[in-house]
Amino acid sequence: MEAHEPAISGAVYGVILNDRDSLERMGAALADAPYKGAPKAPVLYIKPAGTLVGRGTVVRLPAGESAVEVGATVGIVFGQGAARLAPEAVPAAIAGYVVVADLSLPHASYYRPAIREKCFDGACPVGSRVVPAAEVGDLAAVSLRTYVDGSLVQTRSLADLLRDVPTLVADVSEFMTLRRGDTLLVGVIWQAAQARAGSRVRVEADRVGSVEFEIAAGEGAA
Amino acid sequence: MRFGRIAWQGAIHEVTPGADGRVRLADGREIAEGRFTWLPPVEVGTVFALGLNYADHARELAFKAPETPLVFLKGANAITGHKAFSRRPADATYMHYECELAVVIGKTGYRIAKEDAMEHVAGYSVANDYAIRDYLENYYRPNLRVKNRDACTPLGPWLVTRDEIADPMKLALTTRVNGKTTQQGTTADMIFDIPTLIAYLSSFMTLNPGDVILTGTPEGLADVKAGDVVETEIEGVGCLINTIVDDQTWFANA
Repeated sequence: MEAHEPAISGAVYGVILNDRDSLERMGAALADAPYKGAPKAPVLYIKPAGTLVGRGTVVRLPAGESAVEVGATVGIVFGQGAARLAPEAVPAAIAGYVVVADLSLPHASYYRPAIREKCFDGACPVGSRVVPAAEVGDLAAVSLRTYVDGSLVQTRSLADLLRDVPTLVADVSEFMTLRRGDTLLVGVIWQAAQARAGSRVRVEADRVGSVEFEIAAGEGAA
Repeated sequence: MRFGRIAWQGAIHEVTPGADGRVRLADGREIAEGRFTWLPPVEVGTVFALGLNYADHARELAFKAPETPLVFLKGANAITGHKAFSRRPADATYMHYECELAVVIGKTGYRIAKEDAMEHVAGYSVANDYAIRDYLENYYRPNLRVKNRDACTPLGPWLVTRDEIADPMKLALTTRVNGKTTQQGTTADMIFDIPTLIAYLSSFMTLNPGDVILTGTPEGLADVKAGDVVETEIEGVGCLINTIVDDQTWFANA
């Protein structure tokens, strides 16, 4: 595969536990230590610049790692700065959407920031085009599919987002400015399907596009 | 050498220290404090910050010291310059400073060996990694609402090149609030030292020039209120000054 440029270049923020299904599956664990209650604010993380790659990239896992969770998701790309937006003001700030495979090394606990797990080089394959919001329409009608070596391994719908796009952007922009060109991912599901080293992965989203890439094992000792 | 960045007369300038507290432009002109705006001394790339990287501070927060570095990231939105304002929201009951040695990367590297790590350091600066503890939650803790708020991580005033600091693991850190010393420590008490942090981070991601590692803070936290002037100082690196403001001041049109 030939490696392409990702469609985005600004800061990328992700969110976990933004779908009802994941919260239900985590179930009683949310009430127990170390969490001691379901999250109140969006649970965010940063995908730093080195994670962004385009379709056709061979993503090499950190040393000693041989499998990765493929968090199929969609990124909200901002066309103007978003700060302290009310939900009704959010659509005007959105340039469009982009398909993203938000990769994570599997991690059982969400207690501490997952930097090695989520920020290794190449951990954010991104589609080649930001699709204007008007072309995508209602994000709740978008389904995502993950294929590993040609086999469909997971589907998900964006219909069960805990915070829909206007609510999510409003809650995040309350304390941090999303700049023009930045991207906020709408969320990955808990324990997303895994791909092993050596496999070819494809994530596609209705009307948003697709991104395809390969996974390679980490070389050397951990 | 020490380098700062300022905005003055419509342009961004790299400056060096001048006479009598002035800064010196490349062409030799010297500008008096108060007539220009300090910017962060580097245009930051990826910003890493360390939690619980001083044993006394970990004890203060009732945690045992971590076995691997507790790292979190910041976006560029969080960074602000010397002599800037940081906002204390009206609903906050506990906002505290954290005086930290900032390590600025100067050379690209992946899987850097500990013994080569210092060659990747361009220099040092001072950071104040404010936290608002009211917003702490137990998911990816410390969460972004606590640590990635707009302009709540002052950085500066200078980037001090590596050759000026003989031993970065033996520097005094001091915080003063309205002139009264509230935090004192030494970088000698870091749990994971600079070479260890560089080796650890670069074991899974490439470090690039402009990336910054905020190396954690010792004990001595205290609540700061609107109007407080907070000075975070590191021996030989600089004294970073920040003023806390309330919502009314922060959000006022100017």
